[in-house]
Amino acid sequence: MAKQSGKNQVGTWIGFVLIMLWCLFPVAWIISLSFKSEGETGAGSAQFLPKEPTFDNYKAIIDNPDFTRALINSFGISLIATVLSVIFATLAAYAIARLEFRGKRLVLSLALAIAMFPVVALVGPLFDMWTTFGLFNTWPGLIIPYMSFTLPLAIWTLSAFFREIPWEMEQAAQVDGATSWQAFRKVIVPLAAPGVFTAAILTFFFAWNEFVLAISLTSTTSSRTVPAQMSFFVGPDPFNPPYAQLATASVIVTLPVIVIVLLFQRKIVAGLTSGAVKG
Amino acid sequence: MAAIEMKNIVKQYGDGFPAVNDVSIDVEDGEFLILVGPSGCGKSTLLRMIVGLEDITDGDMVIGGKRVNDLAPRDRNLSMVFQNYALYPHLTVYENIAFPLRLQNASDSEVDEKVREASKTLELDEHLERKPGNLSGGQRQRVAMGRAIVRDAEAFLFDEPLSNLDAKLRGQMRTEISRLQKRLGITTVYVTHDQTEAMTLGDRVAVLKRGVLQQHATPRELYENPANLFVAGFIGSPPMNFLPATVTGNQVELPFGTVTIPEEKAAKAQGKGLLIAGIRPDHFEDASVMDSDKVTDEATFSATVDVVEWLGNEAYAYIPFEAPPEVQEQLQQLERDLDGESLRTQLVVSLDGASRIKEGDEATIWVDARKIHLFDPSTGENLTMDADHAGIVPGGNAMAKAEEVGKEQDDVKPEASAT
Repeated sequence: MAKQSGKNQVGTWIGFVLIMLWCLFPVAWIISLSFKSEGETGAGSAQFLPKEPTFDNYKAIIDNPDFTRALINSFGISLIATVLSVIFATLAAYAIARLEFRGKRLVLSLALAIAMFPVVALVGPLFDMWTTFGLFNTWPGLIIPYMSFTLPLAIWTLSAFFREIPWEMEQAAQVDGATSWQAFRKVIVPLAAPGVFTAAILTFFFAWNEFVLAISLTSTTSSRTVPAQMSFFVGPDPFNPPYAQLATASVIVTLPVIVIVLLFQRKIVAGLTSGAVKG
Repeated sequence: MAAIEMKNIVKQYGDGFPAVNDVSIDVEDGEFLILVGPSGCGKSTLLRMIVGLEDITDGDMVIGGKRVNDLAPRDRNLSMVFQNYALYPHLTVYENIAFPLRLQNASDSEVDEKVREASKTLELDEHLERKPGNLSGGQRQRVAMGRAIVRDAEAFLFDEPLSNLDAKLRGQMRTEISRLQKRLGITTVYVTHDQTEAMTLGDRVAVLKRGVLQQHATPRELYENPANLFVAGFIGSPPMNFLPATVTGNQVELPFGTVTIPEEKAAKAQGKGLLIAGIRPDHFEDASVMDSDKVTDEATFSATVDVVEWLGNEAYAYIPFEAPPEVQEQLQQLERDLDGESLRTQLVVSLDGASRIKEGDEATIWVDARKIHLFDPSTGENLTMDADHAGIVPGGNAMAKAEEVGKEQDDVKPEASAT
């Protein structure tokens, strides 16, 4: 970078700023909206910054028991789905990367096929099944489909990570006196940590942002997640949706995601295996 | 510490690839054994069978009087240094060395004491808190050794531990390993393809070819009494010269002239027709720099020197010669087996540094006829081997057997290049 010509660097920065503007403008717009009063958004005024910034929207939404309940549902369902999905994916991916067994390719292709299935196509059958099994409008009713949709991606990501880890690591551990499980837990999993966190973040995002299943498989706030709950924000009439309220909810819902990414970012350090073997 | 006995060990992979064939080697308690051979000879596979990372197809692996064939690696209590070190990158040097102790649930004070002791031995004290990624190749190598010596293992196993180091460091680490092994007096099995390491480190050396044991002897015995062409060509640097030879009485006719060999050697080679004579480069000398009473006509010949490499203490002279097609083919095959590729048949002669022979000169070369070995070109066997000083030579014809196995291996995997 240091040796780049000045012209080149200027071009890089222009491109950088353009992309940032392109990506962040909608975010800025939502944040700006969330500080505008109901009247201001309804008046059709198009100015970017709020005339009279107000925290009323935030106060209202935090006092709204339906919304806080949905937030709890979202956290619970997403976290449980993520943890379970990552645990299962880690074990499955390890087996796929390390063991030779019949039907290994079949397992991988099947996993991919599941990931390709359009979610909408499954809503009907799932609805019928869940009402029969009594899973409709419950946490597990959402956790199970979320897991089955995120597992394939997690398995593929993690098995790629496991394949990168030199097999000698594990053999060295076994010679040092570790059981297979100890070798897995003390050597392989720490080395695959970047992969585990990547898979965890992807899974969490999917579950956190999912809308179609959340709206179709729930009926009350006992298990409705935030994206679904937001569709129940209605204004005085169908032609005047509460833009400010929606924007505020969006901001609140985005915050945990940003925090989680910042936290996990440190863990996703590429090249953690450097130094393991001669390279 | 324990002796390791390998009894008729066989390794056949799932696809039928015969990697190790009926190898029997005894490693005495406290002995330093080298497994050596060109790439793909099964030496690493054999080592991995000792430690338990490969299943044993047939035969018995006995460590300390106990058959361990069915034991998991962790139950064999051996420690191993891997070719690529296999350090745990997420742990500090301290924790890397402590890892085997932690698995044994050793107390913190015991761990600390042993790790400090190992790090002192290997001069790793100032690196204990660093991660392997920040260490140099030699330091990583020492950490890998620290992890091996920190617990009281029955034996050490080394899998080409120095092959990733540069030449200078390799020499230093070689001495270090030798010193450490002598001090700890622990049974050691060391795999290498480097014949310098084999000669300098080992109490005894087992030479393998295509998964067949060729000879198991001390370095000196291997050097002076190789069992067959393969061992003769593999041990020694520069390698032994192979020349077509015909024996009549006690006269050996070589491409450059005729020399007289001792009676007992000549007797073993009577009536065999065309043979291959093996003479080490050191067993030649420039006649002009020798005491005149040692130079005899029966043991000198004159030849035109093609190239001279002068190294100060000695000089290598290269003298090309024509080999008859019968031996030519055998010699080329041998060359391939030894991972080499020579373009021409030539004699390499090691001369005293004082020698004034120049390129293109017609030189008078003396040869130590007592040290000549005669090999049967069809089987590769050494006809003049002194069996009392050749260590353990497996019965049957090991080299021919290796050829057969080689053919089988090529049938399974034409591009076999596993080490």
